[in-house]
Amino acid sequence: MDNLLSLITFIPLVAALVLALLLPGNDEASQRNAKMVALVVTSFVFLISLFLLAGFDPADTGFQFVEEHEWVLGLKYKMGVDGISILFVLLTTFLMPITIGACWGVTHRVREYMIAFLLLETLMLGVFCALDLFLFYVFFEAGLIPMFLIIGIWGGANRIYAAFKFFLYTFLGSVLMLIAMIAMYLDAGTADIPTLMMHQFGTEAISIAGWQVVGGMQTLLWLAFFASFAVKMPMWPVHTWLPDAHVQAPTAGSVILAAILLKMGGYGFLRFSLPMFPVASDLLAPLVLWMSAIAIVYTSLVALVQSDMKKLIAYSSVAHMGYVTMGIFAANNQGIDGAIFQMISHGFVSGALFLCVGVIYDRMHTREIEAYGGLVNRMPAYALIFMLFTMANVGLPGTSGFIGEFLTLMGVFQVNTWVAMVATTGVILSAGYALWLYRRVVFGDLIKESLKSITDMDKRERLLFAPLVVMTLLLGVYPSLVTDIIGPSVDALVSNHQTAVLNADLSPAVSVAAQH
Amino acid sequence: MISADISTVLPEILLAVYAMIALVAGVYTGKDKVAPTILFLTAAVMVVLAAMIGLSGGGTTSAFNGAFIDDGFARFAKVTILLAAAAVLVMSKDYMLRRDLLRFEYPVLVALASVGMMMMVSAGDLMSLYMGLELQSLSLYVVASLRRDSAKSTEAGLKYFVLGALSSGMLLYGASLTYGFAGTTVFSGIISSVGEDGMSMGLLFGLIFLITGFAFKVSAVPFHMWTPDVYEGSPTPVTAFFATAPKMAAMGLFARVMFDAFGTSTAEWGQVIALLSLLSMFLGAVAAIGQTNIKRLMAYSSIAHMGYALMGLASGTEQGVEAMLLYMAIYVTMSVGTFAFILSMEKDGQPVTDIASLNMLSKSHLPKALALLVLMFSLAGVPPMVGFFGKLAVLQAAVEAGYGWLALAGVVASVIGAFYYLRIVYYMFFGDEDKAGIDGTMSPVLWVFLMGSAAIMVVGMVNLFGVDGLAAAAAQTLVN
Repeated sequence: MDNLLSLITFIPLVAALVLALLLPGNDEASQRNAKMVALVVTSFVFLISLFLLAGFDPADTGFQFVEEHEWVLGLKYKMGVDGISILFVLLTTFLMPITIGACWGVTHRVREYMIAFLLLETLMLGVFCALDLFLFYVFFEAGLIPMFLIIGIWGGANRIYAAFKFFLYTFLGSVLMLIAMIAMYLDAGTADIPTLMMHQFGTEAISIAGWQVVGGMQTLLWLAFFASFAVKMPMWPVHTWLPDAHVQAPTAGSVILAAILLKMGGYGFLRFSLPMFPVASDLLAPLVLWMSAIAIVYTSLVALVQSDMKKLIAYSSVAHMGYVTMGIFAANNQGIDGAIFQMISHGFVSGALFLCVGVIYDRMHTREIEAYGGLVNRMPAYALIFMLFTMANVGLPGTSGFIGEFLTLMGVFQVNTWVAMVATTGVILSAGYALWLYRRVVFGDLIKESLKSITDMDKRERLLFAPLVVMTLLLGVYPSLVTDIIGPSVDALVSNHQTAVLNADLSPAVSVAAQH
Repeated sequence: MISADISTVLPEILLAVYAMIALVAGVYTGKDKVAPTILFLTAAVMVVLAAMIGLSGGGTTSAFNGAFIDDGFARFAKVTILLAAAAVLVMSKDYMLRRDLLRFEYPVLVALASVGMMMMVSAGDLMSLYMGLELQSLSLYVVASLRRDSAKSTEAGLKYFVLGALSSGMLLYGASLTYGFAGTTVFSGIISSVGEDGMSMGLLFGLIFLITGFAFKVSAVPFHMWTPDVYEGSPTPVTAFFATAPKMAAMGLFARVMFDAFGTSTAEWGQVIALLSLLSMFLGAVAAIGQTNIKRLMAYSSIAHMGYALMGLASGTEQGVEAMLLYMAIYVTMSVGTFAFILSMEKDGQPVTDIASLNMLSKSHLPKALALLVLMFSLAGVPPMVGFFGKLAVLQAAVEAGYGWLALAGVVASVIGAFYYLRIVYYMFFGDEDKAGIDGTMSPVLWVFLMGSAAIMVVGMVNLFGVDGLAAAAAQTLVN
């Protein structure tokens, strides 16, 4: 199976086309058909992706399952996975069937909804598999279109504003990256990602309009990529699109956004910024570390005062992504291991939390924390599951949330103790907002009239949470599941990075004009 | 010699002769009653000629002492022009027939304009250049005011004529200066008159005036003022025509003169064109935001797109020309599809151009809404639509030629521009459920063009249908 990756990536696209062209109609039967097709296809893709895991050799730090074909304008269609990206592929395929299951209650334009999600799956998988700069960019950018539609059509009251903000914010970030990619392509003569990871981009200081740019070309390229990934991540202070998008997006959209789309930023840092611009990464690491620390504390504080549940979880996502950026730019084994672990874990935990909000939103049609209270009396099963994921969000040992936070903090501690100290307060703050949210929604007496007849989760909803519960606990007690796969690739990444940093030459280039 | 010359210009002669015959036939037979027949016949002739040009062998030949050049570049442009003109003709039939606009002169004028455009991209001499340009322009002035009883259409025609005449004047002044300082009007003579130490001041002045004239024809800022008014006032099929073939022709002519006559001084004109490009991209992006009329919006959109195409030209390299040709071919294809849709916009049987009338089109006519969505994202340059590859090509050429700042400005402008394309998507998909939108009926012909264009924008990402290779070959014959 030498085209396994293409198969995984494009099966959802084919299914979307089939839905669009061969199964028209919007009556109840075709709505059910559309949902079934989407569910079966995404589950099927997950099963095939397990073959990927089975055939993957963690000891090999190179790219595996590589496919390469000629494409247009001298570009290449090249796919492949290494220890880092395979996990994101699996995360995506794992979460998609759950997401589809989460929109079972949708009745508004169901067929289009399913098509949008299937397209999105193809594009997300493409991002994690692409081994050509421009192929990556195509997948990365194209994901905006279905997400724009998902927020805009099926979102909440203020969806238009959120959809436009989401699109334009991320688009601006990415086009700067496009220019950087073109510059890289011209400098290295190839758009092949594995080759570019070995390529040394110039580090001699250059002067632009009288400003000395230390780290030269690498710094400029790094900044352009940073513009894109920091928005996608999202990092403070360019995170403001996320709460809007999350609040307005439908439940399934929020799950995808939090669990997978945000990971593209982190994946981008690991795939591009760190290995391709090691010197610039090293130079600018303090900036990123402090931005992350600020993000963690600031957004945690903001989360404390939210009155909307989804917004609260969205801000907590920003805070958790702060640990990820911090870990990545600590650039040591623990930091990067932790960052990847945190991303995977956050995929499960935040996805589950948004589903939790979805469960009660479907019943009460409000996300205001004020409107709830005492749910444990009528919804014991829900209270239990919500409790588990709240704890995972806080980072309780025994859940997957703990491992990621601990490892990143340990990684950062070795590099910058102050940042680690500031960031650690985030752990306390997260306990503050998460537990307080839980208390206000679930505990207390059930006094609100409207809640008196609320029902507990049905079978479908319990089934949705089951795999997430299993993964959260399993990774919490047995983290080697992840670290064994990423270990060798991360080792290679870290050692390459350190060699490059040690050999860096930051002196200003001898001016060409002076020689003449 | 003369027979060789004639065989080189055979396609132009055939089309010109056909136009005359059609004119006479129209006058002496049923006049406007035979208009549909003439229209389809003209389109067919154009397609046949496009095939003839496209399939004729390679190589470069020139005729009439270098006044006419037939090379890969000209052939690429001509095929695009003819196919676009034929497509627009076929699309316009229903619209014009129903509004009692279908005069038999219309296809004849379009054919004559096309002859002019073919002359333009093949020009090898300032004289033949001007002849082609004027033949094209005069035909276009007339078709712009085709709706004689409408004040707006007449105004559009008059405005276009007055401003067009002004620009022709500037172009002629530039041509005379060039002639005066180079001593010849043949491009190959002009280029050899530029000495080792660069061009003389007089020649530079001539060059600037020539560029001004061309900038008017491609509607680059700051010579764009006529575009929105003419687009809005002209009957929609005519607007569709303006947005496609003449743009390609003007851009082809622009590149032709810059490389054939001033190819050794890329640094001089590169800067000027880069500035035109920068201004066009930003003005096109910003000014379109406030538009509610889709025809005006497309006018500003075309200004912005010309900015990107000029970015390729400004690079002054073979890659730049290749990117420009690719960009134009893609742009023309997108425009045909978009205008096929605009032609079908009707509410209660009356044509509408307000973008708010697209309200909730996705609810009633999903396939059409999706096709327009694809075209809008393609115009915005969002991957994976083909429009993105056009942008990628010009950006790449610009960065490679050292115009990194221009490329950077271009992508920022494309983000601003994305806003108004998204707004059309917004009306179609997220609009107000209660308000009624357009009728959404569409003739099969228009449907085919809309769907075809959208399909090309999506399927094209696989290999661009080999157009990139053709554009590369065409660029190579121009820049050598």
